[in-house]
Parts: sequence; C-alpha cells; structure tokens
Amino acid sequence: MKPEYTIAVTGLNNTDNPGPGVPVIRSLREAESFDVRIVGLAYENLEPGIYMENICDKVYQIPYPSTGSDELMKRIEYIGKREKPDVLIPNFDAELFTFMKSEKYLKETGIKTFLPTIEQFEERHKSELPGFGKKYNFDIPFSKPVTKISDIAELRYEFEYPLLVKGKFYDAYLAYTPAQVTEYFNKISAKWGVPIIIQEFIRGTEVNVAALGDGNGNTIAAVPMRKQYITDKGKAWGGITLGDEKLLEITRDLIQKTKWRGGMELEIIKTHSDKYYIIEINPRIPAWIYLAVGAGQNIPEALVRLALGETVEPFKTYDVGKMFIRYSYDLIGDISQFEKLSVTGEL
Amino acid sequence: MKLKKNIAVSESGFLFDPNTGDSFSVNETGKKIIELLKEEKTDDEIIKWFAENYEIDKLTFENNFYDFTAVLQNHHLTE
Repeated sequence: MKPEYTIAVTGLNNTDNPGPGVPVIRSLREAESFDVRIVGLAYENLEPGIYMENICDKVYQIPYPSTGSDELMKRIEYIGKREKPDVLIPNFDAELFTFMKSEKYLKETGIKTFLPTIEQFEERHKSELPGFGKKYNFDIPFSKPVTKISDIAELRYEFEYPLLVKGKFYDAYLAYTPAQVTEYFNKISAKWGVPIIIQEFIRGTEVNVAALGDGNGNTIAAVPMRKQYITDKGKAWGGITLGDEKLLEITRDLIQKTKWRGGMELEIIKTHSDKYYIIEINPRIPAWIYLAVGAGQNIPEALVRLALGETVEPFKTYDVGKMFIRYSYDLIGDISQFEKLSVTGEL
Repeated sequence: MKLKKNIAVSESGFLFDPNTGDSFSVNETGKKIIELLKEEKTDDEIIKWFAENYEIDKLTFENNFYDFTAVLQNHHLTE
C-alpha cells in the first residue's frame, strides 16, 4: 500500500503567466510511490488553481511575503496546525527567501521543504550572475545592476544596443535605445523595485532545463526543452523536449559544482556557433514541469521524496520529442466559493 | 555531405532534429535524398541514382540537389 502525504503548494495562478503550482500538483497526483492530499496556498482569490477540479483538496489564502515574513509564517503555522502538511513546495521566486529562512522552524513544526541554501539562492541572482559564471566557469552574458535612471546614459560605454532590461524576479524587455531602457526601468521598478538588471543581448535560441539536485552534487533529474510557442509575456505556450547532451552536461556540471539542493530551471541561449550562455538560474521548479513528467521524469515526486529524507536514484533517461501545448479553458464557479474564500480565507 | 546521425526521419517525410527541436516536412523526392544521405551515399551516387530512376536529366537534378542540400546545411542538419 502506498503512503499518503499531505503536500502544501503555492503558485496556483494558472494564467497566461502561470505559476508552477498546478503542474506541480498534477505531477504529484501522478506519483507512483505515494498518494497525496493537496493543500493549495493562494495569494489572490481568483487564482485558477483554487477552482480547478482535482487540483486542491483544501485551499487557504496566505499573505504576500511583501507584507512581512512574520505575517506569512504566522499564517503557515495556523495552516500547519490544521492540515499537518508533510511537505511544503513554494513555487514563487519572491516567496522563496522567506521559506528558506524559515526552513528550520518549519521542520520543527513537522513541515519539510527541499530548497536551495541561502548562499546558493543569493549567488545566482540575476545581478550576481557574472560573478557566478567566473566562480564556476560558465559562460554568462555581461550584466550590471542599475538603481538610478541617471545611470542609463552611461550604459553606452559598457553595452551595445540592443540590450536586455530585467526585473530582479520577473520581467525582461529588449531595449534598442536609452529612452526604451528608461521606459522599461520605470515599468519594472514600479512592480518589482530596484535594482534593474541590464544584460548583454546574446543572439541565439533560448533553451531551458528543468532539473533537481540532491544537495550533495548529484543531478537527480534533468530535462531540456525548447519553447515552440511564446506568449507576449515571453512564457512558453508550447515546448518540446530536446536530446542536446551539452545542455545535460552543463546542468550536471552546475549542480555538481554548486551542490545545488532542490528544483531549478536553467535558461540558456545557444548561439549559432554552438556556444551556450546561461542567462538565468531560477531556484525553483518551472511552470512547464509537467512536460518533464510526460517525458518520464517526475521531478516533483522526486523532490518530495528527497524532502522526506529518502534516497532517490537519479533518472537515467527521458523521451526526446515530447511536446506540451497549453490551453485556456473557462471554468464555471459560483459566487459562494468566492465568498467563502474572501470572507474566511479558506475553501 | 553527411546528414547528422541523430536526425529522425519518418515514413511521411517528417524530419526532427532532437538537438534543436526543429522539425521539417519534405516531399517524396526530398525524402529519397535524405534516405540516400542516411545510407552515406556520395553526392555523385545520389545524382546518378535519380538520373537513372526518374525522368530528369542529370544537370537539372544536380542544380536542384545542391539547392536542397544548401537548405539542409542552412538548418544545421548536416555534419
């Protein structure tokens, strides 16, 4: 008989800028080694994952980390007492720091996580990426953080246009002129604050790898993918698994050198001359993770088992040429569901 | 000219490059050229095969063949 675990999952915003919560839950429901009861943790009361069938068994609203980590942890403590989750999988970049800092406390209350260390998290920040590349010997585009609009005029001495303007957590725009940099600086900083990261634009094809490190330098899982259909927000609406051995080599090398712990997504540009530049390292499971499951590597299942202290053998293969295509679908809900979540914070 | 070893070609003439995720469709003639390239036939052998098996003169086929292989090269399907 399979054990049943209660797993708390954030990132239920299955919109055109999707969080990884729903695909993570779908993956967990297909786990071969355990059954699950899912506690969804939602920031907004219209996140689709709240209302989708067979996704969450119970949903709680939680406060944004920006309101203070104490508030968030107080709420998690309350949910923990009622639901007794075995494992918590946070799926947002912006909340990861709070959960990483509280890892010990969560463990004491019986909630396990499997997250990168603070050091791993900090050194792969977009603003720190050139230093990361130097330290571990990876090709990284030149970039620098900018905190003031007055710095933009000086960029022409260090960068060629076009260049990329990126938020510290999300958003990236290609700018051809200083005026466009200013426009994107204002747009991104209003949403995510400063610094804004200016990154050299490397021409080529963007490829991504979803991976899982065990914290001892071993790569437990790694599946590369190329986006085939990209939304105007730059998100994958369709993708296909690749058989590019070099991408797997880079991933294994990075996990081995950093002793990466937890899920991750590598964003890499492959140039026409077959050079590979790491442009981002996301310290969490990506929203396209269900493709990796479809290709034969159930990364969320492996992550839960690692969080529970089990020994997990690395996946050895996956199917090349597996595709995913997202779709939008109208769910019919009732005002009473919305009312219950809005008034009581639970559904 | 050599086709990359890992290029998959289906019965219907659908090519898939697993390294890049790119896919292409080719017609019957293209499919046959790719089949012969996979058998590691030389350009001369392929041109000779078509001149013998199709109603086409060698020069016309040769022109079309090199156009086609240039497209394969452009898409990084060759070694």
